[in-house]
Formats: sequence, structure tokens, C-alpha cells
Amino acid sequence: MGHDLGAGTDMIGDQDHRRALRLLERRLLLRRGLSLSALGLLTGCNLQDGDAVDRLLWSMSRWNDRVQAWLFDPNRLAPTYAARDITTPFPFNAYYPEDDAPEIDADDYRLAVSGRVSDTAPWTLARLRALPQQGQITRHICIEGWSAIGQWSGVPLRVFLERVGADLRAGFVGFKCADRYYSSIDMATALHPQTNLALDFGTAPLPTKYGFPLKLRVPTKLGFKNPKHIVAIIVTNDNPGGYWEDQGYNWFSGS
Amino acid sequence: MQPIPIRLTHWINAAAIIGMMMSGWAIYNASPLFGFSFPRWATLGGWLGGAIAWHLALMWLLVGNGLLYAVYLLGSGYYRRLRPLGPGAVLDDVRAALRFRLPHQAGEYNAIQRLTYCVVLLAGVMVLLSGLALWKPVQLQTLAAALGGYEWARRVHFIAMAVIAGFTVLHVGMALLVPSVLWGMILGRART
Repeated sequence: MGHDLGAGTDMIGDQDHRRALRLLERRLLLRRGLSLSALGLLTGCNLQDGDAVDRLLWSMSRWNDRVQAWLFDPNRLAPTYAARDITTPFPFNAYYPEDDAPEIDADDYRLAVSGRVSDTAPWTLARLRALPQQGQITRHICIEGWSAIGQWSGVPLRVFLERVGADLRAGFVGFKCADRYYSSIDMATALHPQTNLALDFGTAPLPTKYGFPLKLRVPTKLGFKNPKHIVAIIVTNDNPGGYWEDQGYNWFSGS
Repeated sequence: MQPIPIRLTHWINAAAIIGMMMSGWAIYNASPLFGFSFPRWATLGGWLGGAIAWHLALMWLLVGNGLLYAVYLLGSGYYRRLRPLGPGAVLDDVRAALRFRLPHQAGEYNAIQRLTYCVVLLAGVMVLLSGLALWKPVQLQTLAAALGGYEWARRVHFIAMAVIAGFTVLHVGMALLVPSVLWGMILGRART
């Protein structure tokens, strides 16, 4: 779904700062969420401060993360479709209008790798293209409800993680993007055979609007967990959160 | 006339369904399937993230409570009171209703009521199955496929919701028209 974005420069940086920010955002989230007098009548709660309800919703969302991790079958493939099923035009979606999508110079582009990996050398597009490639035609499902079928191909994330000597028992893989969007996924999903560092959309390199030059394609998660314009990948045991996740979208958001 | 497990699960169900419906309408509004949106005052959650947080929290209450209800219904034999009576009895009752002679009394369900309750229970099953298919279209892809795929599951979910909403309007209207049944569901007996 598209709200894809890139990560802030300190996405994975100052954990304390991030935690405080997340608490603040959570509070704002719940306030917005609960400013409903009917609910107050319904529950008899004092909704002037939505904190108790907010905390409850937040902990239920964490419970739902655990249930979904348990339901996730690492070998179950998302349904695939024929080329004639592809949605044209494929919708653009981000937290900003299409004109604001970042223009990235292919020659200057470098993908940074950090965290629990043995090789932190940055990657050029040519090096990424030299790795084994794999394609898929799958359904992108947005948290808003709509869905669209698209074709992506690129490097299976598992291949990439093995190549950089990542600790495959770490908890999370985080992504930060050139548009200050950021997101993260669980390691089980990162190693799923269809989780892909996509370089192409259809049969051509990703256009700017779909995330040039690198987009994570995860058909087992909602669209907002498919960040575009990725410039950094981190392997970590501290959940890096995400642009929408930190505001209240369910973190796991698995399909 | 209404045993405690029925009264308890009924009112928990009422609260859960209202919350599910209002948060569901907010989710619908994020990408309306049909040519309209629900008014904002009728939604719960404030924004999409809040609405989904409500929807996926209340689903546990709804399903847990529904399971308790089902266990009691089957275990106690209470389901016999709701068992449909067949088309002949329904037609008789429709005729009686048209002449304003259909009894609506506490402790006994006529053929139309039984039919209505069965339809809404079926809609409840469908809303649950389609909801699971929308939540987990990959992990539960067999279920999603049985409903015609993800996009059809959205429509099934909406239609089942509409049936439940229609039932709720009818049900509340009837309870207000015949208050003794309302007291039965609150107190377990007629108000003295």
C-alpha cells in the first residue's frame, strides 16, 4: 500500500530518542483515534485522556504481531498470476504526491549495509544486477483495502543476506529510503523465497514512481511494508519500526 | 426467560459488533468499494491506523464471545428454540404478521424470528470467514480462493456486514416495540 517512503537519517540511530518519539506518536495516535464521544458513552470511559485505551490498543497490536508470526508459514507462497492479470496502470502510492518522488542518479547510487553483517561494503547497481535474479507476478494489497497485481524482479533478499554474511538468526531487517521512509520486517519473512530486492518493474528498471532504483517486494505483507528507493539495509535485534508502524499501523502486517 | 450465558454473550456481542462495524466503516472509507462513504461521525478510530487497531483488537472479543455463545447454544440445547420451522410455518407467520396478528412474546420464537436469527448467524459466519480471508489472504489462501479471491472476499465481507446491520435495525426496533423481550434480555425475566 503504498505508502512507501524512505527512512530518516537516524532511523536506526539513537534508540532512546526513537523510543521517546514513538511514545509521543503513539499518544497522538490514540488521541486522534479516540476523539469519539459515542465511544465514551459506549464504554463509560473518560476519553478526555485516551491513554488507557491507547495503551490497550497498542498492546493488542503487539499481541497481533505475535499471532501473525506464529501463523506465518515460511514455505507458503503467495499466489502468483499470469502476465495478462497485471493491473495497468499500477497505482502510485506514497505519503507524498507522485511529483515529490526522489530522483536518484543510477551512477551515484550506493546501497549501504550495516548491523549484524560481516561485509559492510556498499553496493552499486551493477553489483546487485550481477547477483542471481528472480521475478514474480503477485498481488500488492494495500492497508486501505485496494489491491493491484504487478510484476517485479530482482535479488531474493535471502541471497543478498547470505552474500553479506548476515546473522540469519537476528530478529529484524530494517530498510531506510531516499525519501525518508523506513520500514522493517521479521527475519522469517526476510528469508521467505518470494521476498525480493526488486530492481525491475515489469520488464524494465523500476521507474521513479515505483521506487527506483531498489524496492523491497514482500508479497506476504501489506503494501506499506514494501519500501521504495531503498538506500540502506540493517540487520539487527532491535526492532527498527517504520514510518507508519510507529504511528500505529500494525507492525507485522502480514498477509 | 433468558439464561445468564445468553444475556452476557448477547450484550458483549452487541458492544463488539457496534465497535467492529464502526471501525470497519472507517476502514471502508479509506478505499470505498462502492460509490459512497460512511459519515465520519459513524466511524471509530479517527484515522485508518486507529480504525484498524480497533478492528483487530475487537475481533478477539467478538470471536471469543461468539465461541462461548456457540458452545452454550449447542451444549444447553438452547439452539432448539432457534431451529427454523420450515417454509409452511414461515408463510403462516407472514400472513399473521400482515394482519398484525403475529405474536411476539418473551420466551418463544415464531417462525419469522427463527428464520431471521438463522440468517444473521449465517451472516456472522460469513463475516468471520471473509474477515479471516482479508486478514490472511496468503496464509489462508484456500479460504480466500473459496470466496473468489481477495477482491471478492471484500465484497462478501461488506454484504455480510450489511445483513448484520439490517438485522440490528430490525432487531432493535422489534425489541423497542415489545419491551418485555428487552427486559428478558437484561434481567432474565419480565420487569415486575
